[in-house]
Amino acid sequence: MVQITIDGKKIDVPEGITILEAARRNGIYIPTLCFHPRLTYFGGCRLCIVEVKGFLRPVTACTTTVNKDMEVNTSTAELEELRKLILELILSDHPHDCMLCEKAGACTLQELAYTYGVDGFQFAGERRRYSKRDGNPFIERDLEKCILCGRCVKVCREIQGVEAIDFGYRGFKAKICTNFEEDLDCEFCGQCVQVCPTGALTGKLWARKGRQMSLREVETVCPYCGTGCNITVHVNRNEIAKVTAREDSWNEGWLCVKGRFGYRFANSPERLTVPLIRKVPRGEGAPEKVEDLFREATWEEALDLVASRLLEIKEAHGPDSIAGLSSARCTNEENYLFQKFIRAVVGTNNVDHCARL
Amino acid sequence: MAGLAAIFGSGAMTNSIREIEGMDAIFIIGSNTKESHPVIANRMIKALHRGARIVVADPRSVPMTRFAEVHLKMRPGTDVALLNGMAHVIVKEGLMNREFIEAATEGFEEWKRSIEEFTPEEVERITGVSRDDIIRAARIYGEARNAGIFYTMGITQHTCGLDNVKAIANLAILTGNIGRESTGVNPLRGQNNVQGASDAACLPNVFPGYQKVGLPEVQKKFEEAWGVKLPDSPGLTSTEMIIAAFEKRLKAMYIMGENPVVTDPNAHHTVKALETLDFLVVQDIFLTDTARLADVVLPAASAFEKEGTFTNTERKVQRVRKAIDSPGQARDDLSIIMELSRRMGYPMEYSSPRDVLREWGELWPPIQGITYERLEEEGLQWPCPDESHPGTPYLYKDGFPKGKVPFSPVSFNPPAETTDEDYPLVLTTGRNLFQYHSGTMTRQVEPIEAHCGTPYVEISPGDSRRLRIRDGAAIRIVSRRGAVTVSARITERVAEGTVFLPMHYREAAANLLTNDALDASVKIPELKVCAVRVEPVKRR
Repeated sequence: MVQITIDGKKIDVPEGITILEAARRNGIYIPTLCFHPRLTYFGGCRLCIVEVKGFLRPVTACTTTVNKDMEVNTSTAELEELRKLILELILSDHPHDCMLCEKAGACTLQELAYTYGVDGFQFAGERRRYSKRDGNPFIERDLEKCILCGRCVKVCREIQGVEAIDFGYRGFKAKICTNFEEDLDCEFCGQCVQVCPTGALTGKLWARKGRQMSLREVETVCPYCGTGCNITVHVNRNEIAKVTAREDSWNEGWLCVKGRFGYRFANSPERLTVPLIRKVPRGEGAPEKVEDLFREATWEEALDLVASRLLEIKEAHGPDSIAGLSSARCTNEENYLFQKFIRAVVGTNNVDHCARL
Repeated sequence: MAGLAAIFGSGAMTNSIREIEGMDAIFIIGSNTKESHPVIANRMIKALHRGARIVVADPRSVPMTRFAEVHLKMRPGTDVALLNGMAHVIVKEGLMNREFIEAATEGFEEWKRSIEEFTPEEVERITGVSRDDIIRAARIYGEARNAGIFYTMGITQHTCGLDNVKAIANLAILTGNIGRESTGVNPLRGQNNVQGASDAACLPNVFPGYQKVGLPEVQKKFEEAWGVKLPDSPGLTSTEMIIAAFEKRLKAMYIMGENPVVTDPNAHHTVKALETLDFLVVQDIFLTDTARLADVVLPAASAFEKEGTFTNTERKVQRVRKAIDSPGQARDDLSIIMELSRRMGYPMEYSSPRDVLREWGELWPPIQGITYERLEEEGLQWPCPDESHPGTPYLYKDGFPKGKVPFSPVSFNPPAETTDEDYPLVLTTGRNLFQYHSGTMTRQVEPIEAHCGTPYVEISPGDSRRLRIRDGAAIRIVSRRGAVTVSARITERVAEGTVFLPMHYREAAANLLTNDALDASVKIPELKVCAVRVEPVKRR
C-alpha cells in the first residue's frame, strides 16, 4: 500500500494501480469516455486528465500509476476548461439529434455535455458523413455518432476473442471498420453495444421501442443455455424493449446473441393464448390448418377434460399407463410440482425431462 | 450426469464458472463451448489471457479451437480411446498425482493394466489423431496444477456415453484434478434449468434431491410429507416412454414445455408413438410439432412471465422475475398443475412459488438454506444447508461422500452404427450459435431467422469434390431411418468422412436421421453418431 493525496484527501491504495482506479475506489469522480474497467486502458478521450504535483502538464488518470506521496488534483478551473474544450471538439463532429437517438437518457456523452453545458457549436465545421450501409439484422451502427473511444474494438478482441473490427484509416478519416472493410465476421454477442458510450451502436430491435426513461427494469435470468447469465429486461408497457446485463452481475455484463437479442419470442403473435381441444383424430390425413385441428375452449372445459381423461385411464389401465414429461425450460418450483403431481396424484414414477437430449 | 454422480457422488459441475479464470489448463471435450455456452467461453478466453493452456478434443474445428494449443480432431465416437490414450501417456511419463491416488482413490493398479493397450500408436489408429498431439495434450493436462475438464452432449449422447464419462473421471483422479478451487470436472448444462429439473426430480428413479425410489426410508419420508402412498419402483425415462407408447403400454402422456418430435432421435418413430396414445396433453407457449398431436393444448407462460427460480450449470439457484404479463389467457405452469390436481382429488395449495421452494428444502437439506429473501441480491450454490451458509462454489473440498473414488476400467467400443458401403459417411449433430434446441423460441425471433434461419449441412471440401456438390447446393442426406433435403455448406470445420447437421430446424430435422440406440445404463440416445449417405438433388 502507498499513501497518496487526491483533492486534499489522504488515502491508502495498493501499489501499481492507476490514479483513476484509486479515485474510483475512494468515491472520487473523474469523468471518462473511453475507459472501461474490464478492458485495457488506452488514454484516448483525454477527459480523465488530472494535475499531479511536480508534473508540468496534466496527465490522464487512466494510464498513470500511483506513486508514494503523489498529490493529485482532479478538478481545477484549468482542468474543467480543458475538459469542456475536449467535449466541444467531440461534439463539433457529432449529430445534434438527441431527440431521435435511441441512446438518449443512457448516453455518457449526452450526460457530459449536459454537465459541462457544451453544445458543440463553438467549432462547427466539416462533419464526418457515413451512409448506414449495413446488412446485419442485430446491431445498428451509426458511425457519425462514434467518438472513436475504441471500447468496441477492445471488447471484441479481449473479451470475445473475435477481432471482427478495428480502427481503420487515420486522422479525420479514422473509423471503426472490419478488416479491409470486407464482410463482417461477427458473433453478434452485442458486447460492443453494451460498452458503447454513445448512440453509435444500438440494437436494431430496440428502435423506437422506448428509451431509458420510459422503460421499467426487471432483473432476471436468461432463458436459454445453462450458464444462467443475469439479465436486465427493459419493459415498455407489456412489451420487452431490450435486454442488457449489469456490469456488476457475475457474468460481468457479457451475454451472447441469444440472450441479448433472442427475447422477442415472448411477444410473438404466434403465442398460444387459449386452451385448445382436438377436433379430428391423430395420424394420417390430419389437416394442416390449426383451426381444422383444434377448437378453442375455456380453461374450465379443458382442465375438466384433462382431469377426467387421466382419471379414466388410471382407473382402466393403472397409473403406470400414464407418463409425464417435464421441461428444463420451466422453473424449479414448476418442476417440483410437476413430479409431485405425477407421483402423488397420478401415482407413477414415469416422469422425466430432456436432460438426455 | 447420472454417470458422474455414480463416480463422485454428485452429478453436477464441480467448479464455478468464475473459477475458470484461475485454471492453468482447460481441457474441452465434446463441447462446442463458444457457440453453445458463449459466456463460459468468455471466461476461458480470460483464463487464456492469464496464461492458461487450452486443449480441445472435437471431431469438428469448432470455434474454440482458435484458442487451443492443441486440437484433437478425432473421429466421432472414439472418445474413450482418446481419453485412455491420454491417461496412458500420463502414467508412462509419471505425471500422475501419486499422493492423491493413494489417499482418495481405489483400483489404480487394475485400471492401469486396462490402459496399457492404449499406446499413442494404437490410439492414433482408432481416433485418427496424431500420436504427437495425443502426447502434447496429455502433458498439458498432466503437468497443470489446476486443470479443468469441460464436456457436454458430445460426450454423453453416445451408446458408450457412460464409459466416456468414466474415462474423463479417471483422467481427473489420476492427476488429482478435482476437489480444489479452479480444478475439477465440469459437465456444462445445455438448458437454463436442466440442473434444476434434475434436482427437483423430474427423473423416474429418484425423489427430489436424488433420493432413490424404492429405499424404504425414502419412500416413508415422502409418503409422510405428501400424505399419500407412493409408487416404489422406478418409472420410464423419456426415451423409454416413446418406446412404451409405441408398444401401447403407455396410454396417456402429459408433456409440459417439451418438444420430443424435434428433439428425440428417429422422429418418424416418435410421431407414430405419440399418435398411438389414447390421450395426449401438451402445455407450451407455442403450438410445437408435438403440441399439434395433442388432444388438449394448454397455453403456458414464458420465462419472462413468471416468478420462480432456475438452477444454472454451476448449481446456482437464481431468482426468475416476472417482467411482462402472459398473452391472452395463458397461465403459469404452477397454477395449471394446481388446478389439475384439485380436480383429481388431491388439492395442492401454494400461495406462491416461494412456498414450493420451502417445501422442497424441507425434503432436501442441501437447499434448505436457500430462501427467496436471500436470493434477492445474488444466487446461491447448493449445497447450502442452512440460512447462514454461504453456498458451495466447488465440490469435494473435504473429500468424497462415498469415500474413495474408484478408477473404472473402460474399453473402447465403436458406435452402434458404423459406416458401410450404403451409408459411407458419419453424421454428427449439435447446435449452432444462433438457434437454440428445437427452435421453439429462437425461430420466433426475426433477426435470428434473418441471419441463420435456413437449415444447412456442413460437409468437407474433399467429400464435396468427390460427390460433385457445390457450396449452397441442395443435397439429400439419407440414413436407415429417414432423409432430409438441405443446402450444403462446404467447410474445413468437419473432417473428411463426417457431416454435421444442426438440430434446430424442423423442416430438415436432424432427428429424422439419428439413431435411437441407447446407452444401456443411462438411456441417452446416440445422437452424435449415425451412418448416412449424401446424394445430390437433381434439378427438375
